[in-house]
This record gives sequence, C-alpha cells and structure tokens, in this order.
Amino acid sequence: MRYVKPESFEAAATLLRDEDGISRILAGGTDVLVQLKAEMVEPDLMVDMKHLPGMRDIVAEDGGFRVGAAVSGAEMGEHAALKMMWPGVVEGVELIGSSQVQSRATMAGNLCTGSPAGDSVPAMVTAGAVARVQGPDGVRDVPVVDIPTGPGKNSLAKGEFITSIFLPARPENASDAYLRFIPRTEMDIAVSSAAVSLELDGAGVVTSAHVAVGAVAPTVLLVKDAGGALIGSKLDDAAIAGLVRAVEAACNPITDKRGTIEFRTKTAGVLAKRAAHIAYTRAGGQA
Amino acid sequence: MAFDAQAERKFNIVGTRVARPDGIDKVTGKAAYGADISAPGMLHGRILRSPHAHARIVSIDTSAAEALAGVKAVVTGADLAQPEDEGFADVAINCLARDKVLYDGHAVAAVAAKSKSIAKQAIRLIKVDYEILPHVTDVDAAMKPDAPVIQEGRALETVPAGMSQNVTTHCQFGHGDLDAGFAKADKIVERSFKTAATHQGYIEPQACMASLGSDGRGEVWCCTQGQYMVRANCAAVLGVEESQLRITSSEIGGGFGGKTSTFIEPVALALSRKSGKPVKVVMTRDEVLKATGPTISSSMDIKIGMTKDGRITAARGELRYSGGAYPNATVDMGAQAAFAAYDLEAVETVGWNAMTNRPKEIPYRAPGAPTSIYAVESVVDELCQELGLDPLDVRLMNAARKGTLSSYGPTFNDIGLVATLEAAKAHPHYAAPLGPNQGRGLSCGFWFNFGGNTCVSLNINDDGTVGVVEGNPDIGGSRASISMMAAEELGVPYDKVRTVIADTSSLGFNDITDGSRVTFAVGLATIEAARAAINEMCRRVAKIWDIDADAVIWEDGCAKPAGPNAGIHPPMTLAEIAAIAGNTGGPIAGHHEVNADGAGVSFGVHLCDTEVDPETGATKILRYTVFQDAGKAVHPDYVEGQMQGGAVQGIGWALNEEYIYGTDGRLQNAGFLDYRVPVASDLPDIETVILEIPNPGHPYGVRGVGETPIVPPLAAVSNAVSRAAGVRMTELPMSPPRLLKAMTG
Repeated sequence: MRYVKPESFEAAATLLRDEDGISRILAGGTDVLVQLKAEMVEPDLMVDMKHLPGMRDIVAEDGGFRVGAAVSGAEMGEHAALKMMWPGVVEGVELIGSSQVQSRATMAGNLCTGSPAGDSVPAMVTAGAVARVQGPDGVRDVPVVDIPTGPGKNSLAKGEFITSIFLPARPENASDAYLRFIPRTEMDIAVSSAAVSLELDGAGVVTSAHVAVGAVAPTVLLVKDAGGALIGSKLDDAAIAGLVRAVEAACNPITDKRGTIEFRTKTAGVLAKRAAHIAYTRAGGQA
Repeated sequence: MAFDAQAERKFNIVGTRVARPDGIDKVTGKAAYGADISAPGMLHGRILRSPHAHARIVSIDTSAAEALAGVKAVVTGADLAQPEDEGFADVAINCLARDKVLYDGHAVAAVAAKSKSIAKQAIRLIKVDYEILPHVTDVDAAMKPDAPVIQEGRALETVPAGMSQNVTTHCQFGHGDLDAGFAKADKIVERSFKTAATHQGYIEPQACMASLGSDGRGEVWCCTQGQYMVRANCAAVLGVEESQLRITSSEIGGGFGGKTSTFIEPVALALSRKSGKPVKVVMTRDEVLKATGPTISSSMDIKIGMTKDGRITAARGELRYSGGAYPNATVDMGAQAAFAAYDLEAVETVGWNAMTNRPKEIPYRAPGAPTSIYAVESVVDELCQELGLDPLDVRLMNAARKGTLSSYGPTFNDIGLVATLEAAKAHPHYAAPLGPNQGRGLSCGFWFNFGGNTCVSLNINDDGTVGVVEGNPDIGGSRASISMMAAEELGVPYDKVRTVIADTSSLGFNDITDGSRVTFAVGLATIEAARAAINEMCRRVAKIWDIDADAVIWEDGCAKPAGPNAGIHPPMTLAEIAAIAGNTGGPIAGHHEVNADGAGVSFGVHLCDTEVDPETGATKILRYTVFQDAGKAVHPDYVEGQMQGGAVQGIGWALNEEYIYGTDGRLQNAGFLDYRVPVASDLPDIETVILEIPNPGHPYGVRGVGETPIVPPLAAVSNAVSRAAGVRMTELPMSPPRLLKAMTG
C-alpha cells in the first residue's frame, strides 16, 4: 500500500485517476481505518487530504457556510453560528460514532461512504446542501442528494473527491431537525432516520418544507410529498397524518438483523413527525 | 470451616473501602494483560476458521502457506494429541477441528510467521476442501428426530432411546404430587419462553504468548480465569506432562466465566513446538464472538398454579438448552436453580441439552440460572397480575427459608431471601409513583456458589510486612479482599500486606476463578494460613519467654502472655518477631490447603422501572435497585460493583444482546456494533442494598457475590416491560422491533 500526501487538489485527483488498483481517500479515516482493520479492503493507494487548503475550515459564504471536507463533527458542534443556522445538520453529524470518533469523523466522508443510514445525510439533503467536487478535469458543484447512488456507492467519477460542502443561507423563521432510531442511546447505527427542514411565515404557517428519511431505502430519500403535506399548515393533526402517510409510502426498506421492513417503515413515520415538531419549535412556531 | 462463634465480631479492616492494589497500574496503562508480553525471536500466530456452520473436512493443503517466506510453522488438528478423556478431547477438537467443522468460526489450521501481515497472507494460502453438511442452530429444531446430527454417540445414559442424537443430557429434579397441587390452584398459568445466546462481552480478547522447546518444557503467559486449568488442558492437548508446563496468568480485562476454558494456548504451544520460537496469538473481536463461548440458548415451558391469595400450589418447568456443538451440563444447573427461591409442596423441573451448530458454550455468571429463573419469575408475575396480588407479598408468602426442602433436593440452612425481600419492600423505590407507559418489575435470583480446591501461602517478611501467595486470577478485586482478610486476622495494617497471584509452578493446585468462590474459599484459606503463621509466631515468642506455647496469645497484632502463670512480658509485635526469626527457628510462614465446602447459597432481589415508547418499542430503564445477601461484605465497593455489573449485563441480555444466525448458519453480528451491550448512557445509576446474613461456612460469614446479580435482571426487566407495554413478553431479547410488534399486534 502506498500512502501519499499530495501537494494540491489537482495532484490528488491525478494520482487517484492514474491508480489502477484500489484507492482510498483519507480525511477523518473513521470508515477507512475500520475497513482496514476488519480486513474488508486492502487499498493499493491511500491519499491523505487533511492538510490541503480549506479542508479543515468552516468559512462564511453568501450568507451560509462552506464546510471543508476534513472538518470533524466535534469542530462543527463547537461552531456556534453554524449550529444556530443548521441545528439539524449539526446534530446529525454529531451523532456519528463516539466522542473519540467525533474528533475525526467528517460530513463529507459520511456522505461518500454511501450508507443509507449515514446520520449526516438526511439533514444535508433537506438543507439543500451542495458538494464541491474536485476531479482531474476541474471543479464542479453537485447537490448532496445526487451523491449517493446505493449502499457503498456514489456518483463520483474516478479521480473525483469532495473538497467542501456548502450549506446555504436560510431565511428568518426557519429551522431543521434530525432524529434517528437506534436500539441503544448512542454508539450505534440508524435503523431508520428522518430530517425535516421548515420555513414559516410571521404567523407560524409553514411556507416551505423538506423531509428526508434514511435507512429505509438504498439511498437517503427526499420525500417531496411529505414536505408538501406540511405546507400551509401549523403542523395540525391532519398535516402530520399526511406527512406520516407520505413517508411510509416512500419507504422501501429491507429486513435484516437491525430491523424489519415493518419496523423501519413505522418508525420512519414516527421520527419524521417528531422531527417536524422540533424543527417547527426551533423556527419559532407555536403549535 | 465454621463461622467464628464470637458474637458481634468487630472488624477493623474487613468492611472498609480501601484502595485496590492494582488500581494505579490499571489506570496508568502499566498493567500487563494477555497481549502485552513479547519475547526475543517471537512469532505471530494466526488461526484459519471455518466459514461453514457444519462441514466435513475432506482435505487441508498447507503447502503454499508453508512455502511463503517468513512462515515458520503451520499446524492443523493432526498436530494435537487425541486425549481419551471426553472433556479434554472436546477442548482439543475445539482448538483445531479434526474431521468436521461444527460451527461458523471453528478453528481449522494455524500459522506462525515473522510478522502479522505474513501470517495473514499465509492463512489465505491454506486450502481446505469442505463437504458442506446440513446444519441446525435452533434448539427445538435440533431435538427433532430428523435433525442433522452434530456429533454421534455423545448422549448420556439418562437420555431416553429414540431421541435425536443431538440430545445429550436429560435431568429431573423435584418432589411432591404435582396433580394434587395443580388441582388445588385457583389459577394456573402456562407459558413458553425463548432466550437468545449471549456473550460475556469482556473487553480484553483472549491473548497468549507460548513457548515449547524440543526438551518438552513449556511456558505460557495468558489471560485466563485459571492457570491450572490452562495447564491441564494444554498438557492433555499437547501430550506433555503438567510438571513441564509453567502457566502465568496476566492481568485480566474481564472474564465473567468466559475465560474458564482454552482456545488459543494449545495452538500457540503447537506452533512454538514446530517452529522452535515463542509464539503470540491474540484473538480479534470477531474471533471472540464467533469462536469463544457464548451462553446457552433456550426454549422453556413453565406451568405454575396459585391460590387466589397467592400461595403457589404446584410448579413444573421443562427446559431445553443448547450449549452449542458439544455436550454440557448447564441445563442441570438451570433446572436446579429454576424454583430455588420458593418453598413448594409439589415441584418438578425437567431439563434437556441438545447440540447445535454453534460455538461451545462457556460459563457466563451463574450459568443456566438466569434463563430458567427468567421464565419462572415471568409466570409468577403474570399470576400476580391476573389475581391482583402484590408481587413482593406473593414472593414473601412463598419464599424459601431456613429448613425449606429446596426444589433441587437439599434443605436450606441460613439463607437471606426473606430479609432481602423485606428490604426491597421497605425501600422507597418500591413505593415510588409511576407515570404513563411505565412499569415496575421485580424478580428473585439465586445461585449455589462454590468453594473448591484452594492453596494459600502466607509469608511473614523480615521487615514486618506480609506476602500472600494465592493461585486465582483477580477478576473482581480479590487481591484487595484477600489482603484485607490477612491484615484483619494478623492485626496489621492493610498496606503491610501484598497479595500476588502465583504461576502454576509456584503454588499447589487451585480451581478456576469461578463459582463466586475466590473471596469465600481463598479468603478462608488465607485466614487459616494467617492463623498457622500466628501459631508459629506464638511458638517462637514462647521460646523467647521460655514459657509454654499455649501461654501466648495473639491480640491486636502482637503476641502477649496469657493467663496467670505466663509471667509478665511486654507484647511483641509481628515486626519484632519477624526481625529475629532467624534466631528463633528460621523464616515464618503459614499455609493452608483445602477443598472448601460450605460456600453458602446466595439470593438477590432486583427492582426495575421501565418506560416503553408505544410508537417505537424502545425501552428506557428509569430506575434499578439491587438487593443482595453478601454474608459479609469484605470490600463493599467490590460487592456493589458485582451487583451493578451483574444487573447491567442482565439488562443487556433482556433488551438487546443476542447471537443472530442467518439461514446459512453463519453468525451475523460478530462485533460490538450489532452485538449490543448496553452503553453508559442507556443506564440509570444502579442502586445497591447489601444485606449481611452470615454464611455459617466461613469464619467471617462471607458468601460469594459475583454470580447471583446476573440472575434476576432478565425477569425484572421483562416484568417491568410487560407491565409498561400491557402485553406479556415471552422472548428475549425484547429488542424494539420485537416489542413494537407485540404491542401493535
């Protein structure tokens, strides 16, 4: 295995493009090192990216924030302005792993790993986050929702990698929330999850709503009908029932050691309902 | 050895909370565990394991692995002896399979190489040709006459003819007329239960370093609960004499019964014998879960009759346990323990063990008892609910006490069950209000406890300090407790005593650290060794004072003249006597060797409050209190630690821990992500109440406390969840999908 610390993004992209064997990108390393230890993979090339410019920075941009691909969960949790703007995104990232893992784990790594259960992904999707992708032929911006394509798979081409994730500005009276179901209280993987992002008018009526669910399909799902069910409401019972129905209808989970189809579907609806209420309260709404 | 008849003995050191002698090393990372020792020229061993649940080994080709540069030895089952004794033979074929692999993860071959990465490559070069056989992992399926047979000819004579050959054990306990008893009942509840296999979940994986030379002399450093057991197993499996093997136990990162067998030490010795170099083998977590011992899995039927005022009229249990691919007697203990908490006129418990394609069961705190008592205590709770009776009052009404003919035969001596139940009833926890979706459960628990073979040497050092040499690895703070008992008996300060654990060549045989025996049996032997040393010191002082030896008594750490004819002599301290020992007859020491009995059974009662989320099936433990009879708590911190640790492991067993097998017979969750032990944030502070009903079989009244605490939690949690959820749960674990399904139908 070759370990390389390239001097630029362009050099990194070229290295990755030209590698014939298996390559891995090292940012936080909380997935890659576990895979190595478990002997799931033996990469021929390991490219360390942490030191490259901007990788460890959270920078204000156009009223939102650009988060470097190697920024850790703990660093995001300690960034007061980011947390105030996107509390659901930050709480999702902060749920990854243990306290020790939090000092390394990254949002970009969690996204590229392609797990349907990734804790940071649903809230990034409902936030409309955009990934900046570096490749051998230059830079492109890709909506986060388009990155994962299935368990362990993503849409990045050979030589491409994420350098940062942009979380856009958000208006007044808006907020988000993320919840997951795990059998324990921490150090676990989502059996199902849901993120909700809401914008309200001055009277507390929902004007915009995005709902995403995790671990209930091959990728995190943005459930448009579920968001639609909330628009124009103050989260009354009928709106919530519409949200739950839409979420349950969108679920396409599997039965495995962690949960059944039935359980995942039911709890995804419950979590979406509970996350909607949290986001609504955070946005200043009064039920 | 009897309880000291001196009424109201005042203890100076026993019962205090002194600092543990191993604490600093453990918190600073200095303590040496199984994987921490290396030797010059040492090789790294690695084990190839079966990917199949059940298969015949047609051939093993190790030539490519042997040809790889850096590989120094490859061994298979053919490199081990074939012991005649069935127990040792099972250890041997479990260390390295011979004709068949019996479970996913069964060891097949091993290599020793100059580096870990070479060993890993070499393992992949070993070609094993398997003929895959049908498998069975469920105990009920394994008992069917047409089930795939795991091993032939292993059934005991007690098993009736015509059953599947997987059924190895049949046992039956009880007394009284069941039919008459059930006829007297106002209400009978009969339920079937299932429990999943769980693992001890110790943090330190098994690890060892072993060396065996061409002269037949061997050394093993390993993480174990019993170095003498390792010696016996290795000698039998390698075909060498015990005197030629010296086994040293490392510090131990948890055992809970799981380190009472050997998996890797004979393999490391075989690799060392072949390569001529010391070999280290360290298991991965995946290997620990796949190939070391989980508990039994079980299927059980319980029937209990009760009068409308709460008296149990008859009780019957049928237990079907599987301890994996080998025969075992755990169901005997489960059957004996099942109804032990009750004073019953008519009771019967029948037990069966069946082999399955799972790893060999290894004890886990109170083996066999948690599951059978879970089933019994669930039915008692349901009867209380149905009849509108207070579950503590019902248990008090039916409780076993001194003079009760137990459900398994013996008549009980002094036992603490009634006092423990009364303490639970008087505790504020039992009267605390409950909110919506909340429920309170309780359960009694019981364990036999054990004494066993024990050797202790106690040396009086020339500077007036004391060294205790004992032979049981310290998994629960026993070095502190043993030093305390020695100091108490000698009348010297605790910090003047150091207790060390001997290797197998430095002290006579000791049984394993198991059966909650160490504080009881090693403590008892230490007290006797101290008394022997005291006698010798008194004899030396009598010589100096030129009086009869029986005119010298030991008091407050000093020899003093006793009686009117002894004359007037200033007391001599232990240090003064030690300093001149060379002039009075040489070094002073005390020894004691015993096969201790009188361990004294132990009872506990647990109270548990839970809240169930009706929309997700998630269970939260709100409050948990453990009441237990410790006889005499030598070091209360460690007694409380045992009570809390047992409760937590039992909570894990009740809620989320389970061995999950796929239809292919492979273990699906061999890691701590999907084998879910509780994490700290899952738990409330576990409250503890220690009761002290002296054990008549120990000079200070000590009872073992290590195992009883894992017995009640399964039913305490299940009863709490069943009441909170409004539905009777009969299967463990009560994982959220299972509970949500039960609640929503």
